[in-house]
Amino acid sequence: MANEVVLLDFWPSMFGMRVRIALAEKGIKYEYKEEDLKNKSLLLLEMNPINKKIPVLIHNGKPVCESLIIVQYIDEVWNDKCPLLPSDPYQRAQARFWADFVDKKAYGASRKVCNTTGEEQEAGKKEFFEFLKTLEVELGDKPYFGGETFGYVDLSFITFYSWFHACEVLGNINIEAECPKIIAWAKRCLQKESVAKTLPDQKKVYEFVAQMRKRFVSE
Amino acid sequence: MVKNDVKVLGAWPSPYVMRPRIALNIKSVNYEFLEETFGSKSELLLQSNPVHKKIPVLIHGDKPICESMIIVEYIDEVWTSGPSILPSDPYDRAIQRFWAAYVDEKWFAAMKGLRSAQGEERKAFLDQVTEGLALLEEAFGKCSKGKAFFGGDRIGLLDIAFGSFLGWLKVTEKLNGVKLLDEAKTPGLVKWAERFCADAAVKSVMPETEKLLEFSKVLAAKMKGAPPPKN
Repeated sequence: MANEVVLLDFWPSMFGMRVRIALAEKGIKYEYKEEDLKNKSLLLLEMNPINKKIPVLIHNGKPVCESLIIVQYIDEVWNDKCPLLPSDPYQRAQARFWADFVDKKAYGASRKVCNTTGEEQEAGKKEFFEFLKTLEVELGDKPYFGGETFGYVDLSFITFYSWFHACEVLGNINIEAECPKIIAWAKRCLQKESVAKTLPDQKKVYEFVAQMRKRFVSE
Repeated sequence: MVKNDVKVLGAWPSPYVMRPRIALNIKSVNYEFLEETFGSKSELLLQSNPVHKKIPVLIHGDKPICESMIIVEYIDEVWTSGPSILPSDPYDRAIQRFWAAYVDEKWFAAMKGLRSAQGEERKAFLDQVTEGLALLEEAFGKCSKGKAFFGGDRIGLLDIAFGSFLGWLKVTEKLNGVKLLDEAKTPGLVKWAERFCADAAVKSVMPETEKLLEFSKVLAAKMKGAPPPKN
């Protein structure tokens, strides 16, 4: 049992996708286990008793939880190729800051756009665009958030792109019109094999989100 | 080393501000503490942290670093001659980061809820806080492996993350007439808290409970009269 890696995950999860991209970048072989979040496995409950959430990486029997903590763990253990975080401490702090910013804002704003209506949805759309525009400014003219190469912040944020189509349809918004640089950046990221192979089809995600929306909104 | 090369923007009552200060003390780094006036934000703060406009901010040379735990990790990575704040083993690092995130996202969120809650809601938050402490007691056992701190022989990342809340924990105990850290239920944490507060790196920045209690009344009054916070 040299290096046994198992990932407990759920296919549309923006958080789980981060781990899948990191594992692909590093060329790590692993066993993928799909969780039914309405019927969580005993393994998940045992490996993440505190939050009971995916993703969970199980490395040689030991669980690591929280997507960005898992990505940093992967980067530190498999440190012989494809560094995800920069080596300079200030650049690392900046990378962590922006990944944390994505964590704080993206999911909440996306959920409001997709799962609410009326005033709440309008507020969600405002939040969503504020968040995207702040990132657009940070990206500037760089090809990636990490500079010349795809890195930690790109990895943390690109997974939300798979939810953009759902947000556009359910929120009646046009992301490319408002934030063209973000869309251009996303398409650039999608040229990477690790990203292209990980991100699910946007229409599939839309179907999933539309189904989920029914639980929150009666239309 | 240029004097005033390192500045911390903050405020004495904030547990988040304590964190980089403890880390700098551990590394024996001199810094200038720039205190923000309660109720207003300085130009320097708004310039250094335009995204969140929050304290603490570490300014190293002319470079700002924001978010307390990110600052702590930065300090650990820059000043490598001092004692290490994070463990060297990647798995141990992941565990410390996990519990630090838990303390911030779940446990302290329940503590804050307790501040303004009434009746049934108050009881619910109190239960969450107590359950959280039971989990942290267990985590302490596993992380410390019989030693003084979550980090082992010396204060580490999780000690800093959780220990910085001890002042507010004591205030909460007084305001609610409850014992949160209890010799019967959380004996490990009780002793750990004493050691943490007595540590040389912590003593000078841990506010006195009485002072915090006074401040909490000022804060409560301001929150009652204040307009809803803008995000």
